[in-house]
Amino acid sequence: MGQVAGLLLDAIVSGILVGGFYAAMAVGISIAFGMLGISNIAHPALILLGSFIAYVLNSQFGMDPILVGVLATIPFYFLGTLLYTAYEFAFERRGTQLIRGLAFFFGLLFITEVGLQLIFGVDYRLVEAPYIGPSYNFGPVSLPVRMLIPFLASVLLLIGLQIFFVRTFTGRAIMAVAQDKFALQLMGAAPVRIKRIAFGLSTATASLAGAFLIILQPVEPSMGRDYIGRIFAICVLGGIGSLPGTFIAAVIVGVAESITATFYGPSWSPAIAFGFLLIALVVRPAGLFGRA
Amino acid sequence: MMMEASAATSNELILDARGITKRFGGFVALNNVDLAVRPGERLGLIGPNGSGKSTLTNCLCGALKTDGGSISFAGRAIDNLSSYQRARLGLGRSFQLPRPFHSLSLLDNLRIPLVYAVNARSGTHLTEPQIRTRSTELLGEFGLGGKLHRLPGDLTQVEMRKLELARAMATDPTLLVSDEALAGLSHSEVNEILALLLALNKRGVAVIFIEHIMRAVMAFSERLVVLVAGEKIADGTPKDVIADERVIGAYLGQ
Amino acid sequence: MSNGRFILLACLVGVALVAASTFVTNEYYVFAAYFVLQYVVLATAWNILGGYVGYVNFGTTAFLAIGLYSAAALNKWLDLPIPVLIPIAGLLCGAVGLAMGYLTIRLRGVYFTIATLALSVVVQTFITNWDYVGGSRGIYIMRPTDVPVFGSYVAYLFFLMTVLAVASVVIARVIERSTFGFGLAAIRDDETAAAASGVPVLRLKLVAAAISGALMGMAGAPLPFYLTYVEPTSSFSLAYTVNSVAMPLVGGTTSWLGPVIGAVLLGTMQQAMTVLISSSVNLLVVGVLLVIFVIAAPNGILGLIRSLRGKKVDPETNPLAAILVTEKRSSQ
Repeated sequence: MGQVAGLLLDAIVSGILVGGFYAAMAVGISIAFGMLGISNIAHPALILLGSFIAYVLNSQFGMDPILVGVLATIPFYFLGTLLYTAYEFAFERRGTQLIRGLAFFFGLLFITEVGLQLIFGVDYRLVEAPYIGPSYNFGPVSLPVRMLIPFLASVLLLIGLQIFFVRTFTGRAIMAVAQDKFALQLMGAAPVRIKRIAFGLSTATASLAGAFLIILQPVEPSMGRDYIGRIFAICVLGGIGSLPGTFIAAVIVGVAESITATFYGPSWSPAIAFGFLLIALVVRPAGLFGRA
Repeated sequence: MMMEASAATSNELILDARGITKRFGGFVALNNVDLAVRPGERLGLIGPNGSGKSTLTNCLCGALKTDGGSISFAGRAIDNLSSYQRARLGLGRSFQLPRPFHSLSLLDNLRIPLVYAVNARSGTHLTEPQIRTRSTELLGEFGLGGKLHRLPGDLTQVEMRKLELARAMATDPTLLVSDEALAGLSHSEVNEILALLLALNKRGVAVIFIEHIMRAVMAFSERLVVLVAGEKIADGTPKDVIADERVIGAYLGQ
Repeated sequence: MSNGRFILLACLVGVALVAASTFVTNEYYVFAAYFVLQYVVLATAWNILGGYVGYVNFGTTAFLAIGLYSAAALNKWLDLPIPVLIPIAGLLCGAVGLAMGYLTIRLRGVYFTIATLALSVVVQTFITNWDYVGGSRGIYIMRPTDVPVFGSYVAYLFFLMTVLAVASVVIARVIERSTFGFGLAAIRDDETAAAASGVPVLRLKLVAAAISGALMGMAGAPLPFYLTYVEPTSSFSLAYTVNSVAMPLVGGTTSWLGPVIGAVLLGTMQQAMTVLISSSVNLLVVGVLLVIFVIAAPNGILGLIRSLRGKKVDPETNPLAAILVTEKRSSQ
């Protein structure tokens, strides 16, 4: 195998692994934005909050970051329901959602980011766990375990959520909210309550994504911003509100970035997602897998 | 009993829509619908909920792109024109739920169509005082003369409907598509709005009257078109149409 | 007040500001005032698209940085003077605003917002990789040694920014009272109804996006000479974006006066707090104020003043105004 082919293969494999993790970051937006129509641009900042919680509990008590991520889903869920209650009260009920709603979440993003900066400074922080470090090698392809674990955990998260949406009553009610508010009222479920649950769920995924993020790489408070374009690109590309679509789009973006980073240098990869976002918005706003 | 639109030559028609088709994904909202309107005609358009009346309105006025068919207005193909261009040509519409400009006073609500639709036509240019006179006049006709400087938020539901019609009229249309202007109004309020629409028609404005209240439809329309599940199933005089078996079937449930 | 009178008045305020600056001996105060005026431009520019049309731009940093770096690069290449660099930056950013608008503004408004967020990341990526302006290391800008008329270079920069601020406010106010401005308001209230009334929705939005972008870019052109050293990380500080969003929303978005009030208040507050406390804390305050205002006083300070003059306030939609009105009543 030629050296270029080897590099390419390695880039593709790591792109797929990173892409799986991107799916975990994007799934929260996919639920909030895609299904509920709430443009929660503060989601990446909440992911960073998740990362720092994992950092604190890992460095203080040696807790496993993924375990922290799983446990923190509970407070994150309630944080989400709280945020939705405020959002519903202040914006949805008044009917002036878009501009002020966006400014509201932008303010939250900013407060979270600056708050983390005041507490932790601007240094990069990382976690320790037995699976961070070792890596399997297959010829030119390396499989670092610190990437493999978030990938597998993300896949599990997405499968779990998909089953929830398709099989359970609450899940189907959320999907119904996404389609039609009135249909849901006919079912006898209160849209506000269902939306609160869904938004809580969306926020809960941030704690997991945050734990995965800090396993993958050291983090600093302002990093979340770099992910906004990427996450929304994935959501739009994947078709608003479709979980399998989100996963496939995440892998596509991951691979494209990884190839760019390998052959042109990592400093160019942030531009990739933007390219995808623009293409998706201009060519096919319904997403690759959405209904036209 | 179908009165064929093509019976009239197209230059006598103000609106001539042929074979209008609109799909949303796999769902066919409009299937090959023809609709013709003569200048100054009062045409009633009825059909059960979800039969495609609003979709047809949106296609005619340019808010939705059609997937098939052609529309000509005043002898001109308008398929490639966007909403605002159609409004400038004289194709006016009023919305089912009133959609006033909330941050503008009633006078300024009417100023928008006067400046952007009427003044954009060749040969007309209203000066600032003329715009003011015209909008005051129109609001007066619609019984809103006492609230020129109020915001739409201060109006009652009937007043909001009147504002909606007044704004549509301010575009100085030759054809007005009125989408359920009466929904949710009391008996006397229905009569009030109906009288306004008839007065507009007297001045030569053709009206497509989309409505559920059969009493109003029968009183208003010279001709009636029935849409069911995206297809036109009847087109003729109101008396003939409501006697049609397919129409009865569609309304009384198959 | 007619447009002519307003322009005269705005120019007089500008002349008074420049005249006052010559009496200030401590250069720090002139620097601080420059910073506030720069925010008057940015907030006013943001409001032309955000407040008048209702499209939220989170890419202020991108536009500012394009203006900044185009000025730095052209100064290095051709040694052009700032009064030439400002219109070039304006044209460039106007074109970027137009392009962004054309690509995304036809869709739902929120996509435009997301695209502007992503735009900052992309522009930063390009500039970090652009060696001519120093890449990630940054670039030093030589201030020209001879300054005509103005005693010092800082005074000269302050004069330029005053001109820009006066010009932006005048543009905003003229738009607000014009047919174009009424069209924008109609679009903000209801796009479909606006189109049905003959308003060319897309064209008006694009013009607004271009004007807004151009003004932001122009504000950026003198900045490299003010800072004398620029590098990507601080040039792309989120502070510019959050301030240009917060200032109009705190001041009030429906009138030209709102962004000016917001910029003067928040800008001065931040200058004072940067000296007294730390710059992180004052950004946190801006974020908190932004959230409080969008929830409790959606029409900003101007809205609060207006409801104090009026009688009826809906506590559901305007909680802070309702509280103030009740207070006023009970004190009477």
